[in-house]
Amino acid sequence: MADDTVADIKRQSMTIIVTKGSLDWAYPPFILATTAAAMDYDVTLFFTFYGLALVKKKLDPKFTVLGNAAMEMPMFGTHIAMPNFLPMIPGVDAMAGAMMKSLIKKNNVASLEDLREAAVLSDVRMIACNMTVELFDYKREDLMDEIELGGAASYFEVAAKSHINMFI
Amino acid sequence: MSEHVLDAKGLNCPLPILKAKKALKAVPAGEILTVYSTDPGSVADFAAFCNQTGNELVDSSQDGDVYVFQIKHTAG
Repeated sequence: MADDTVADIKRQSMTIIVTKGSLDWAYPPFILATTAAAMDYDVTLFFTFYGLALVKKKLDPKFTVLGNAAMEMPMFGTHIAMPNFLPMIPGVDAMAGAMMKSLIKKNNVASLEDLREAAVLSDVRMIACNMTVELFDYKREDLMDEIELGGAASYFEVAAKSHINMFI
Repeated sequence: MSEHVLDAKGLNCPLPILKAKKALKAVPAGEILTVYSTDPGSVADFAAFCNQTGNELVDSSQDGDVYVFQIKHTAG
């Protein structure tokens, strides 16, 4: 078992269906995809619905504290929960988004732009759901050049042969 | 002995792993890449990375706040 590394046996593969496009939810798929690629997995990301925001040429994910009961921002030396009335106040979500970005920077967490670039450089395959591209009236030229357009069948063709399939 | 060094100090998950993967490409097979990291999670992560990719984790140690990994480039 000890000498028997998985890499010797077979190249592994992973897919993630990416359905969310907010600043906080953008991180898990790109972190997992880049790490898996670094660990020799063939990785495919399938972007659909709000996940499409993450494959626009201009990456500018928004942030909201609404409905996020578990969110506690480290502030004033403690943790402050974000009550649901807050995002009704104009500017609060933008402020919370800016705070999240500065927190990310302060902690030397990779920027989303860098992670997405790393995903491209490590040959992560990216498919944009054609139906939702049309539904939301995105233009092909709004999306990254590396993106393929495909549908559910394209996803399943890869997923059926993959060792890990996730939905985020 | 040739020195291949990656300074990943101050970086957080998953950057030390991503940079190590990239750095290993420049290390000839059989030679060792030394990685410095300050991310406590990297101790478990480098063990997992090596186990998965087939590179050999020759040594994993700690020097104050800095974790030091010696990775022998054995995988293709």
